[in-house]
Amino acid sequence: MIENLDLSLVDWSRAQFALTAMYHWIFVPLTLGMAFIIAIMETIYVKTNDPAWKKITKFWMTLFGINFAIGVATGIILEFEFGTNWSNYSWFVGDIFGAPLAIEGIMAFFMESTFIAVMFFGWNKVSKKFHLISTWLVAIGSNLSALWILVANGWMQNPVGMKFNPDTARNEMDNFWDVLFSPTAVNKFLHTISSAYILASVFVIGVSAWYILKKTNVVFAKRSIVVAAVFGLLTSLFTVMTGDNSAREIVRDQPMKFAAFEGLYNGSKGAGLVALGIMSTSEGDGTNENMKDFNFKIEIPNMLSYMAYLDGNAFVPGVNDIIKGYTDNDGEVHPPVTEKMEMGRKAIAALKAYKAAKKIDDTVGANEAEKELKANFKYFGYGYFSDPYEVVPPVSISFYSFHIMVGLGMYFILLFVLCLVYIYKGNVVNKKWFLRMAIWSIPLAYLASECGWILAEMGRQPWVIQDLMPTMAAVSSIDSMSVIITFFLFLLVFTGLLIAEIKIMLKQIKIGPNHGGN
Amino acid sequence: MNNVLNRLVKLPKTIWEFYYEGFRNQSKWSRQLWLIILIKLFVMFFILKLLFFPNFLKTKYDSDQERSDYVIDQLTNPKKSIK
Repeated sequence: MIENLDLSLVDWSRAQFALTAMYHWIFVPLTLGMAFIIAIMETIYVKTNDPAWKKITKFWMTLFGINFAIGVATGIILEFEFGTNWSNYSWFVGDIFGAPLAIEGIMAFFMESTFIAVMFFGWNKVSKKFHLISTWLVAIGSNLSALWILVANGWMQNPVGMKFNPDTARNEMDNFWDVLFSPTAVNKFLHTISSAYILASVFVIGVSAWYILKKTNVVFAKRSIVVAAVFGLLTSLFTVMTGDNSAREIVRDQPMKFAAFEGLYNGSKGAGLVALGIMSTSEGDGTNENMKDFNFKIEIPNMLSYMAYLDGNAFVPGVNDIIKGYTDNDGEVHPPVTEKMEMGRKAIAALKAYKAAKKIDDTVGANEAEKELKANFKYFGYGYFSDPYEVVPPVSISFYSFHIMVGLGMYFILLFVLCLVYIYKGNVVNKKWFLRMAIWSIPLAYLASECGWILAEMGRQPWVIQDLMPTMAAVSSIDSMSVIITFFLFLLVFTGLLIAEIKIMLKQIKIGPNHGGN
Repeated sequence: MNNVLNRLVKLPKTIWEFYYEGFRNQSKWSRQLWLIILIKLFVMFFILKLLFFPNFLKTKYDSDQERSDYVIDQLTNPKKSIK
């Protein structure tokens, strides 16, 4: 008998995870990026021996400390949720996540907690060089701890380097290096941390712009802007590069996600890139076949094909092509979703048969079932769907989050260039419109950063593990009311933390650099 | 050689003094931050974790065998979705 699945439980569990992850991500990128900006500033201080640079370093270190202290450990809540709300998923991936998360814990704890103490308590107590090394190690350590989390996330988007054990229903890592160096993990790590550097650069520029507008600490602010703008510009260009690599990797491994964030229902050769568009809100005929995709769009001909395959005439599959099956540019045939669903059902049935055969010590039956499972495991997760269109992610959300992220990314490059031009010309103080724009860019940097994660996580729906486990199969059989209660508890706790962060931060900014660094 | 040994012997004391002095000489806002950190960790580990986030499989089943049987049962008997 088929039991009923409470979709409100799935939706609330997803909402709770999204809430926690998005709040957590408010604190993380500033820590990742500021750590390097501070390290660069302190390096200048050690090289020049100019006490003004020490003052600059100590001030930004204060703001870094506030953000670090309030944000620290907020990510652990995600692990609580794995164990309670997502127990099927946690069990299914357990052995893969164990190693990266254990390394993350050790690195985060030992490296950051040891050297961050030297960073804050060590002025005048340890040598300048040792202090500088500690600052760099905090920067490297915090970024390395992000690496392991992103490796785990990369595996969920593109599961490699493992084999499924039908006795335990767990995936076991059989090649650590495949997991660590999977193109998805590498691109995800580089793109995520470099986008965090942009956010931190915009933050430093925005706060510095406020000082210039207030006509206080102007020299301090100008110097800060120079460091942040150079760092931000270089890392922006790197982010463009990693984003481009990431897109080319996604079109290969997660073509449905790619089609969704490009708003591409019907693929074609020489596909155009929608630079700007308003998606149609019509629901189509339920199959997307005759769906009017855009009400308005500005399209660059052939650009999407070029960006995806470095060939302006290459075929880019759309949502409908992926559902119906298609042959890619390398001649590889991708079966229709209905066929994948059939294979998925066979895999699920084989796992059930394997377990039953094992119970009665039927070795022959177990071997046959295992063979069938192995042959169809690639599409295991498709067995949970009853309609091929269930594999389509929310297209509008993916499209808009992607385009907001990219659009703001381009805007930040312009901001960094203008900063450097005005600083070089010596007229930044007179550019009030620009200084105001710089201040208002701070929330925009957070918006772009959050959009990146919305795209990454919504775009891969309905999967928690690509092709292997859909979201609906990952949840625990718990009461949805308990998830609703904890959702609002988290909302309360995290909002409290965010308010505390903003209040303390603003207070410290008002006090200024003359009293920072304790 | 004696100098190195002496330094090694004194190392724990030096580290202790480093942290002790560091914490003692903190500014008012730093102390406020520590208070926020401690309250946050208390809420997370002693309220949320203990009361609201038990590990579903660990609390419900005693052995890994039972846990894997349960998950296989969940995975091989897909549920029909209801709104």
